[in-house]
Amino acid sequence: MAQLIKNQTTTVDAWKTLEVGSDETPETLALPPGDIIFPLAVWQARRAEIIAGHKRIGLFLHAGDPLTAIAGDLDYFIVIAIDFPKFVDGRAYSMASLLRQRYHYEGELRAVGDVLHDQLFYMQRVGFDSYALKDGKNAAFAAGSGFTPFSDSYQSASDQPQPHFRRRPA
Amino acid sequence: MYQYDAIDTQLVNERVAQFRDQVRRWKSGELTDDEFRPLRLQNGLYLQRHAPMLRIAVPYGMMNSTQLRKLALIARTYDKGYGHFTTRQNIQFNWPKIEDVPEILAHLAEVEMHAIQTSGNCIRNITTDQFAGIAADEVIDPRPLAEILRQWSTFHPEFSFLPRKFKIAISGTREDRALTWFHDIGLHLQERDGETGFRVLVGGGLGRTPIRGQILREFLPWQHLLTYCEAILRVYNLEGRRDNAYKARIKILVQALGIEAFAERVEAEWEQLKDGPATITQAEFERVAAHFGKPAYEAVVDFAPTAEKGFKNWLDRNTSAHQRPGYVALTLSLKKHGVAPGDISAEQMEIIADLADQYSFGELRISHEQNVILADVKQSDLPAIWKIARENGLATPNLGLLTGIICCPGGDFCDLANARSLPVASAIQERFDDLDYLFDIGDLELNISGCINACGHHHVGHIGVLGVDKNDAEFYQVTLGGRQGNQAQVGKVIGPAFSAAEMPDTIARIIDVYLAQRHADEVFIDTFDRIGITPFKEHVYAARTQVNKKQSLLEAA
Repeated sequence: MAQLIKNQTTTVDAWKTLEVGSDETPETLALPPGDIIFPLAVWQARRAEIIAGHKRIGLFLHAGDPLTAIAGDLDYFIVIAIDFPKFVDGRAYSMASLLRQRYHYEGELRAVGDVLHDQLFYMQRVGFDSYALKDGKNAAFAAGSGFTPFSDSYQSASDQPQPHFRRRPA
Repeated sequence: MYQYDAIDTQLVNERVAQFRDQVRRWKSGELTDDEFRPLRLQNGLYLQRHAPMLRIAVPYGMMNSTQLRKLALIARTYDKGYGHFTTRQNIQFNWPKIEDVPEILAHLAEVEMHAIQTSGNCIRNITTDQFAGIAADEVIDPRPLAEILRQWSTFHPEFSFLPRKFKIAISGTREDRALTWFHDIGLHLQERDGETGFRVLVGGGLGRTPIRGQILREFLPWQHLLTYCEAILRVYNLEGRRDNAYKARIKILVQALGIEAFAERVEAEWEQLKDGPATITQAEFERVAAHFGKPAYEAVVDFAPTAEKGFKNWLDRNTSAHQRPGYVALTLSLKKHGVAPGDISAEQMEIIADLADQYSFGELRISHEQNVILADVKQSDLPAIWKIARENGLATPNLGLLTGIICCPGGDFCDLANARSLPVASAIQERFDDLDYLFDIGDLELNISGCINACGHHHVGHIGVLGVDKNDAEFYQVTLGGRQGNQAQVGKVIGPAFSAAEMPDTIARIIDVYLAQRHADEVFIDTFDRIGITPFKEHVYAARTQVNKKQSLLEAA
């Protein structure tokens, strides 16, 4: 069970992520009740059913999933989880930037998968605000120091829309 | 040159602390080797054949004497007393201990230096022309915008885990000296209708698949540099291949989509970013540009040197035209015959630092040809400098000549290499040790890489040499006709590879063809373009067949 970091502290995760088994299809699998993070394919196949049966809806995106597919649906989601298949796969950084800056998604944006201490700073900057740290890693230490290796940044990003050069004292 | 502001100092110091903690966690097992690898690479730290290698950034090749003295101290304290300048204007140390690297980074931070993003799949050191700001053919000084790009790319949160490494070069001169056609992004500063901007090239690169870049946009006003680069990088980050490291560079994406479709994606993305907060302000440009003002030149006139031959040869080859009358840019050659190209001892670093202080406003530059440049030298000071440079092995007058070889460290040091490159460079230098003969051969660029990654830029050498591994033996493939500059192109393979022992003769045979065929004053590359590869091929391999026949006869006898 991954450990969830939120607001720079460890916390209990109320959400369950639905997985489509190898003998199931998005069209036919049973939709469990409760706070569920649905894979994109299930959301696309069962949208109306999910909206009717769930007050709180989460969405799971793989790195590389097209955001245009859900651009009009963002208001439905309390949480969007984006998967890092490997921590060196950086596509989720651009996806998060686009969700926050282009599509103005304001719900929880969660990093899941190969999520490690040394990438938390970058994840926070592009707009993630919860982090399912990889199993076996020191979540308390990561929550305490992983977000603050640097006290400022040059570039604009989701967490700071103004680049440093526009924030200089006149 | 640029001097750190409060934020620059703060970030570099924080990086030292961060890396110190990462090394600690790796040593204690909290970080696995796989988790630590990208972190150390983004600090320029490789694990190599004999010891780790640490690559230190020299942003756009600019350095001051204080920094060079610090590198001398690092070379003495943590290495074996020398360093190696690279073809991306950086410096590498081949013998530090991993445990010492945080301490080395702390030393560097004291003099406004670092090893940030000198490796890894991120935006690398921004490179430019070593004569930026002083070149006689300069249109616009590229350094302020190179520094603005450096800051923007440092710890960029969205682009620190790209599919593969990403290299940007800027040129502000009529003749391109920054190899812009062979970078992931190449930028040509230019004026159009009174406005300053860039021609943007994309998708060039050497390595396994050498490709000349293509024009992505004919003119981009300078204010939009960062937003436009962001658009390019975002398209690449999302769509570049991640399934195969050999096909992960942006050049492969550009080839796969075609330049028009790639440009459409970039322009569509840029439409959204254009005029956003990352648009560079006039105030920021001026703040940075103020660091690159002209030094306090004296009013002097051109100086007529003595006709002493050795001195005159050195002037002919190793000085370049300057914007100011009475001044030159002087290249101190790190291509002394028998010494690894680009290698520099701690003593030489200190001597160059002294020369820079005394004769060139305390600043110097590193070229992608792996030499050191004193950019603002009064012509009347040249005799005094020549004496000191000569006494210290820094005055070999072979800039742009056959033995001024560009060469990677190769199999002697580098883990990636398939073959050693330094012994081949040394054997060629030994074979062509006669200066008069070298001057007669004239302009000829010989580039050697120890493997397909092409750090020695063999593809763009007039003569290129690539080390290959055939059944665990070292062989060398020769290309002819590559060139850098405005007409940059990739060389053609002459034929089957040669053994190391055959290399000096092979080069000699290539030179024979050139000398026999050249028209008056025609340089090697022009003769090659005129007569093509066939005469070279015939002569080189004819000799080889004879040798092989002789060998078989001897063996049969």
